Amino acid sequence: MPATPTPAKSAPIMHGFANPARFVRLARWLMPLLLVSGIVIAAAALAWGLFVAPADGLQGETVRILYIHVPAAWLGMGGWMAIAVASLVELVWRHPLAGIAARAAAVPGAVYTVFCLITGSLWGRPAWGAWWVWDGRLTSMLVLLFLYFGYLALADASSEAQGGSRLAAIFGLVGAINIPVIHYSVLWWNSLHQPPSISLGRSAMAPDFLWPLLAATIGFSLIFGGVVLARMRAILADVQAEARLRRKARNGAGAGAWSDA
Amino acid sequence: MSAVQTQAAGPQGLKAKHQRLVLVVIALAALIGAALLAIWGLRAQASYFYVPGEILAVRPAPDRGVRLGGMVEKGSLRTEPDGVTIGFVVGDGKARVPVRFKGIVPSLFTEGSGVVAEGRLGKDGIFVADNLLAKHDERYVPREMKDMTAAQAKQVVAETQ
Repeated sequence: MPATPTPAKSAPIMHGFANPARFVRLARWLMPLLLVSGIVIAAAALAWGLFVAPADGLQGETVRILYIHVPAAWLGMGGWMAIAVASLVELVWRHPLAGIAARAAAVPGAVYTVFCLITGSLWGRPAWGAWWVWDGRLTSMLVLLFLYFGYLALADASSEAQGGSRLAAIFGLVGAINIPVIHYSVLWWNSLHQPPSISLGRSAMAPDFLWPLLAATIGFSLIFGGVVLARMRAILADVQAEARLRRKARNGAGAGAWSDA
Repeated sequence: MSAVQTQAAGPQGLKAKHQRLVLVVIALAALIGAALLAIWGLRAQASYFYVPGEILAVRPAPDRGVRLGGMVEKGSLRTEPDGVTIGFVVGDGKARVPVRFKGIVPSLFTEGSGVVAEGRLGKDGIFVADNLLAKHDERYVPREMKDMTAAQAKQVVAETQ
């Protein structure tokens, strides 16, 4: 039967990190590594893009905003994909770290989405002649930002009520519908935003632009990973502190009851 | 047989886990179906502009503000005697619409590149634009390569593929 081998195979990987102590030990050295390497690579890539890479034939110098705008857009969408996958794992397998990972990815994802919208707007004014237009791509990206706000509010509200993060997980899963809409918006509908320059194995972008862009993407991705780990550690520490307080309060109440007797 | 194996695998949680997986998959399938329906319903409304073929088929009323998008045909751009009004032809390979515009054009606006014009389609078939937006395409070519022929530039870009 296909159903039985799956849990047997996935169990060691899935439950290897079910123990948060193990995760915390890993995150303690991985987090600074990701953050430092990410900052170094991103800074080098931006310097490359801003000072070394050529100007574009049509757009001129404004093309350089690409090295922030495109990685930010990818990671804004990638952040929600991370939320969706973690939410699925939380809902189906009840993995103890999944909900925490989903919550940790929301803030950096939202920040990257804001970067994407701001840099896009700054580029749009000189290139298109408009700060903002309501075409499919821009609108769906703005919807993504509002989804992040909604998710953050839900996750915050549910973290106060014990074990109530299921609602946030469902929201995270449902909101993933927007990701393919963002991606295909420029292909399904006439839009002012250009279609993708880079798809699997094909690039309409000259290598002079492509390489610094890929380097910047790697750098920003590493920073994203480092921030997620840092936030997961912080959330875990919060949960631990809360549990300790609760235990103390319970013990204190118990002691009081005994002394009364 | 499956029941026996499931029991052999032991914990009650296994079954519940699969139940949840099936539920989530069904819910997601329903959701994706709904989203596809919505997108299908929106396919005309969510477009930012008409291409020339569509605008000639739809023929929006002359008092209705619409957007027209397409390529500025090479050799069609001309300035009228008043010096600020320009005329050009927007084409999509199938149909062509003449456009008139008075004002400052965005810097990316040139012949042979994309444009979105906001305005009205007159009864005479001339589109009178109040605003022009330049549309950038997906190609990024360095300034040094711009003077190459299109075929040369294409070849350089193709080398990265």
